[in-house]
Amino acid sequence: MLNNNKLLLLASAGALAFAATSVAQASTLEETRDRGAVQCGVSDGLPGFSAPDDAGEWQGLDVDVCRAVAAAVFGDSEAVRYVSLNAVERFTALQSGEVDVLSRNTTWTTTRDTTLGLNFTGVTFYDGIGFMIHRDMGITSAKELDGAAICVQSGTTTELNVADYFRANDMEFDPIVFDTSEQTVGGYDAGRCDVLTSDTSQLAALRIQLAEPDASMILPEIISKEPLGPVVRQGDDQWLNIVKWSLFAMLNAEEMGITQDNVDEMLESEDPDIARLLGQDGNYGEGMGLSADWAYNIIKQVGNYGESFDRNVGMGSPLEIERGINALWTEGGIQYAPPIR
Amino acid sequence: MTHNDKMIEARPAPIRTVGPLAWLRANLFSGPVNTVFTLVGLYLLYVLLTPTIQWAFINADWIGTSRDDCSREGACWVFVNARLTQFIYGLYPRDELWRVNLVFASFAVLIAWLAIPRLPFKRWVAIATLLAFPVFAYVMLYGGHFGLPLVETHRWGGLMLTLILAVVGMVAALPIGILLALGRRSQMPIVKSFCVVFIEFWRGVPLITILFMASVMLPLFLPTGVSVDRLVRALIGITLFQSAYMAEVIRGGLQAIPRGQEEAAAALGMSYWMRMGLIVLPQALKMMIPGIVNTFISLFKDTTLVMIIGLFDLLGIVQAALSDSRWLGFALEGYVFAAFMFWIFCFSMSRYSQYLERKLHTGHQR
Amino acid sequence: MSTRPQARPAGPRPPFWRDRAKRALIFQLLLVAAVAAFLIFIIGNTQANLAQRGITTGFGFLNNTAGFGIVQSLIDYSSQSTYGRTFLVGLLNTLLVSALGVLAATIIGFTVGIARLSPNWLIARLASGYIEIFRNIPLLLQIFFWYFAVLRALPSPRDSMSLGEAVFLNVRGLFLPEPLFESGFGLIPLALAVAVVASIALIVWNKRRHEATGRRLPAGWISLALIVGLPLAVLVVTGVPVTWDVPELRGFNFRGGITVIPEFLALWLALSIYTASFIAEIVRSGIQAIPHGQTEAAQALSLPQGLVLRLVVVPQALRVIIPPLTSQYLNLIKNSSLATAIGYPDLVSVFAGTTLNQTGQAIEVIAMTMAVYLTISLLVSMFMNWFNARVALVER
Repeated sequence: MLNNNKLLLLASAGALAFAATSVAQASTLEETRDRGAVQCGVSDGLPGFSAPDDAGEWQGLDVDVCRAVAAAVFGDSEAVRYVSLNAVERFTALQSGEVDVLSRNTTWTTTRDTTLGLNFTGVTFYDGIGFMIHRDMGITSAKELDGAAICVQSGTTTELNVADYFRANDMEFDPIVFDTSEQTVGGYDAGRCDVLTSDTSQLAALRIQLAEPDASMILPEIISKEPLGPVVRQGDDQWLNIVKWSLFAMLNAEEMGITQDNVDEMLESEDPDIARLLGQDGNYGEGMGLSADWAYNIIKQVGNYGESFDRNVGMGSPLEIERGINALWTEGGIQYAPPIR
Repeated sequence: MTHNDKMIEARPAPIRTVGPLAWLRANLFSGPVNTVFTLVGLYLLYVLLTPTIQWAFINADWIGTSRDDCSREGACWVFVNARLTQFIYGLYPRDELWRVNLVFASFAVLIAWLAIPRLPFKRWVAIATLLAFPVFAYVMLYGGHFGLPLVETHRWGGLMLTLILAVVGMVAALPIGILLALGRRSQMPIVKSFCVVFIEFWRGVPLITILFMASVMLPLFLPTGVSVDRLVRALIGITLFQSAYMAEVIRGGLQAIPRGQEEAAAALGMSYWMRMGLIVLPQALKMMIPGIVNTFISLFKDTTLVMIIGLFDLLGIVQAALSDSRWLGFALEGYVFAAFMFWIFCFSMSRYSQYLERKLHTGHQR
Repeated sequence: MSTRPQARPAGPRPPFWRDRAKRALIFQLLLVAAVAAFLIFIIGNTQANLAQRGITTGFGFLNNTAGFGIVQSLIDYSSQSTYGRTFLVGLLNTLLVSALGVLAATIIGFTVGIARLSPNWLIARLASGYIEIFRNIPLLLQIFFWYFAVLRALPSPRDSMSLGEAVFLNVRGLFLPEPLFESGFGLIPLALAVAVVASIALIVWNKRRHEATGRRLPAGWISLALIVGLPLAVLVVTGVPVTWDVPELRGFNFRGGITVIPEFLALWLALSIYTASFIAEIVRSGIQAIPHGQTEAAQALSLPQGLVLRLVVVPQALRVIIPPLTSQYLNLIKNSSLATAIGYPDLVSVFAGTTLNQTGQAIEVIAMTMAVYLTISLLVSMFMNWFNARVALVER
């Protein structure tokens, strides 16, 4: 008979050795390269920002950030593994390393940026919380919502901001909290609540999903600042820079008038700004561990910010959201990217 | 006097004791109370069944491709029909479905072989099911070898995912459960208390918190850079949870084996593992099969919880399909379909377990 | 004189792994070492990960302001309360739905279980139909179904169903009048307490008298009359010091009174119906475990069917029923955590959901949540073990 104790001894020694294995500190960029794909945390289905289309391919403004990062790292915007996360899971998934970047209409707040161990890399969409109501309620202002039952998604800043707003205006409300945006809309549709509240961009996206979009309207009040942006883990500045500058490259490209279609012609451009962005003059990707054509790949495969906006949430999409404050600073908005230099 | 030596023809029993009328009288109208009960029962049946049948069959629409093909007077099974592939296979690539079918067909054959008492070579089939089949299933489903395209686990879904979660959770939990059950009966105090604490811990907390822990906290426990597939994490949680329940079933089976069996084996000089492996467990396992099937049924139903951590099992994918803007308003159809699928599986398994119980348990019935 | 057999000369000592006691010791030490190594591994990794990613740890967050609202709370709660308070609110909501679920499941389960054995063919079939349908469909699906069914079946607040303009039912929930107690109401609980004590005394006395003389009073009915009647009498004498806060439609919702939210109704319904189907099976097998002779003997004494059940069968069946019943109760409590799927604010939904997300402290929050369920499980098992010991057969 094979001696049990020897086996056990071996097993425990193995366990100890396993425990003693030094915790290797590979950078996110290296891990991503080894894996061959960027793991990107997206929503559980929010049209315009991140939602799978009929063919099961993910589409949206947030998804384009993931694709831009993949284009910068691999030169291939398809090298993304999407992980669909609900609002509750999203930060733990990022903290624990399940995703490399979280691009899921996430509001930039102090707590999230500091105590959660996360870093926001920029703002893809300046948003604010609004209210959607059934038209037949017959009200026109959020100030008339005293006593309303409000459907809200769990674990969002909305949950907090709505409570603040109603307290500040000395009104009462019943929060009906759901886990996913699908359920939240379902609750609103079934009449469980009078009001559906979320970021106004989301409301626009959710409204077109309703059985009768015209029976609902969005109230004019916007009660909070909700700058939405991609998030990475703290402690890896190189990766932070890659995600940050992927978005800046898209913004700069729009400002310089470089589009998906004309980017190849632009390679010949005499403009020094354009030459620097497209890697014709100097190698600005090197500092991030990327190749010189990182920005070219982003623009060629994903497009500039304006194109992405228009395709996913703007006038070229069913959502038809105005550029508004999301226009470039040169056109009256507040989207402003630092220069490539 | 004439002597009649003929038997008198047996007269038929009084009309009150045989025939359908008598049956009705004995079973439904044996007294005023019973009559009232029967009438209330009939009324209940009428109230529940008529609208259900009207809705599900008579007024239902079966054929079509879009919501416009539904009259909206009854159920719109067109919705289920249009989504059927997705409900069963999730987002598995359409060209590769034969792989899933092959795996489940062979699994069905193996299980049927094991379940039908008459067939021979049970032991070899069991070994094949437990050892060879998982490898085969993994290679077929995940791919990446032998020229099969890789299908990542986030494309798995629907009934297929439900079955995978339940079967893998069960098979992986069995050996752990056996060890835990033996440990709990052990005379070594530390081993015993370790097993007791382990079992009671996993039995004391809801599966949903375990899944949540496996889903969001497990990566924090592992060294940086070690990432475990989401499905595997859910499976780890399910297996630990299930092994605790399994251990209790097995403990029950072990207790039913008379002590004399083990003592006799010890008297023959057998070691602990020989006593357990050759004498006690084979007898106990046979008696535990109904209990094991019952825990499998509850595991099968519990797999629906994975939708809360974002995996699309049968219920999850039905729920997701409900929010498709082209098919809004067919929630009832979706839920009824999912309920029916789960019911078929669970009901047939519970019938099998009852049959086994009857077969194994003789003499105590009245 | 007999010669004692000589002890054999001691041979070489057997190797230590042949010695059962030493083997056990080594085996256990190894187990301890393995578990310790595993824990060190996990804790080390976690600490390294937390430190590297700059995640805040500790329980300090419990004193921070939560800032979100909760739709149903048994204690005072506002968005200005702390995260610690959200824990309590969630816990109480879990306990509420569990307690009412256990109650309803027991009633339905015993009814169906006994009906399953009814001599009436139709009733027995209906009962077994109930059992087979509801226990073979996943609970989560049933919760969704009831929630959906409840929401679809109920009218909007403006077209509420109402009962005497005091009780209203609509898609926002069930609205009940709330009693507001004025001064002088304190006498009523006092009267209730007196009635309960008197009833217990009566029952004890009646039992002794019954054993001594064979005569007895209908103590059950007298107690019931006492418990109901005495507080009522006091209520009338003190001039009904209660006013009712009747819900009324203001704006687009009902205000005032007690609101039972539809999430609660759906969860409660689903938990009770699902668990009842298991309890019914337990009751059936418990009753069938009673030897038939017991029933026949009771019938031979010409006890009516109701008394046969109440005096002979059920008390004996309880012994068989209680252990599995306990685990069903525990299952129900654990299953109440599925509340999170439909947004009933239970512990998992409020604390392990919203609070976890707002603070990001997954480890602390999940640990606290699990500890709560473990404690509840332990307490319920202890209580049921005690109860089981009480009803257990005292063998002579």
